[in-house]
Amino acid sequence: MGFMDIFKKKSSGDVAKDRLKLLLVSDRADCSPDVMEAIKNDIIQVISKYMEIDAEGLDIQITQTESETNNGTVPALYANIPIKDLKHKC
Amino acid sequence: MSEVIVITSGKGGVGKTTTTANVGTGLAQLDKKVVLIDTDIGLRNLDVVMGLENRIVYNLVDVVEGNCRIKQALIKDKKYPNLFLLPSAQTRDKTSVNPEQMKKLIEDLREDFDYILLDCPAGIEQGFQNAIAGAERALVVTTPEVSAIRDADRIIGLLEANEIGKIELIVNRLRMDMVRRGDMMSVEDVCEILAIDLIGAVPDDEQIVISTNQGEPLVGSDSLAGKAYLNICHRILGEEVPFLDLNVKEGFLSKLAGVFKR
Repeated sequence: MGFMDIFKKKSSGDVAKDRLKLLLVSDRADCSPDVMEAIKNDIIQVISKYMEIDAEGLDIQITQTESETNNGTVPALYANIPIKDLKHKC
Repeated sequence: MSEVIVITSGKGGVGKTTTTANVGTGLAQLDKKVVLIDTDIGLRNLDVVMGLENRIVYNLVDVVEGNCRIKQALIKDKKYPNLFLLPSAQTRDKTSVNPEQMKKLIEDLREDFDYILLDCPAGIEQGFQNAIAGAERALVVTTPEVSAIRDADRIIGLLEANEIGKIELIVNRLRMDMVRRGDMMSVEDVCEILAIDLIGAVPDDEQIVISTNQGEPLVGSDSLAGKAYLNICHRILGEEVPFLDLNVKEGFLSKLAGVFKR
């Protein structure tokens, strides 16, 4: 590898590591679409007790995120829940 | 007090059998009484790696089916009188044995041996279930490649699900020249990804091929892989051994040659 190549592209070892990390997130989560749908419905139910949410616009997925405690990435459940109306019950 | 260790990987061809042969022989060199069980029914290989292929009379399936006593099927090693092999059957398939039978067999062997090593077949089907049935400790072998690590991760999950208490990692076939160039994942990279304890790192070594050709495990020899395997054996016994600096292998002359090549 020439000197200038360093700026051009990642080493193949790093490429492998990044690919693996992403791959293992989905492997480990092992969530079938059915399970994801079930999680989604449960979230809708729980949140709906407190506020009106846009069930259609709700989006959940398993991704990875930088851990706050140690350096490294950890899997995370990402949920985007649009709120239609905040009920003021209390 | 005996310990039952399964050597597994998920992916084929990463060095399970070579590792079993070398770790088993190494433990025998350290004066432990060891039996190696080849659980790869239909594709037996441990006998050839150990150089004992001509001595097989009975096999694992014969023992399980009661065609012979355990002692009749055990083959004594050429060099070490405290090392034995229970070969697999070549003309049967993995459904010939079930996990319950394996547990029973292992319980019977516990009385006579300090270490029982199980060479696991590739895959996650019945052969794998048989191999891990009686094990309490697992050595997961992987190479620094995406496919092997992915399979290792899956295997680790299955081992945890089966409540194997101690799971440790062997990173095999390391090529330090490639790691240095950034073209191979390092031991640290692999450990970070798989997040289990490392028990050894074995360099890719020509001597392994030579020793397999000859049917004599190279553990304990002067080669770097031989040293790495013996270190793994010490760690299995609970001793703290610093990890080899795999970089030192490249001799002064080859380094010098490398400088001129650039």
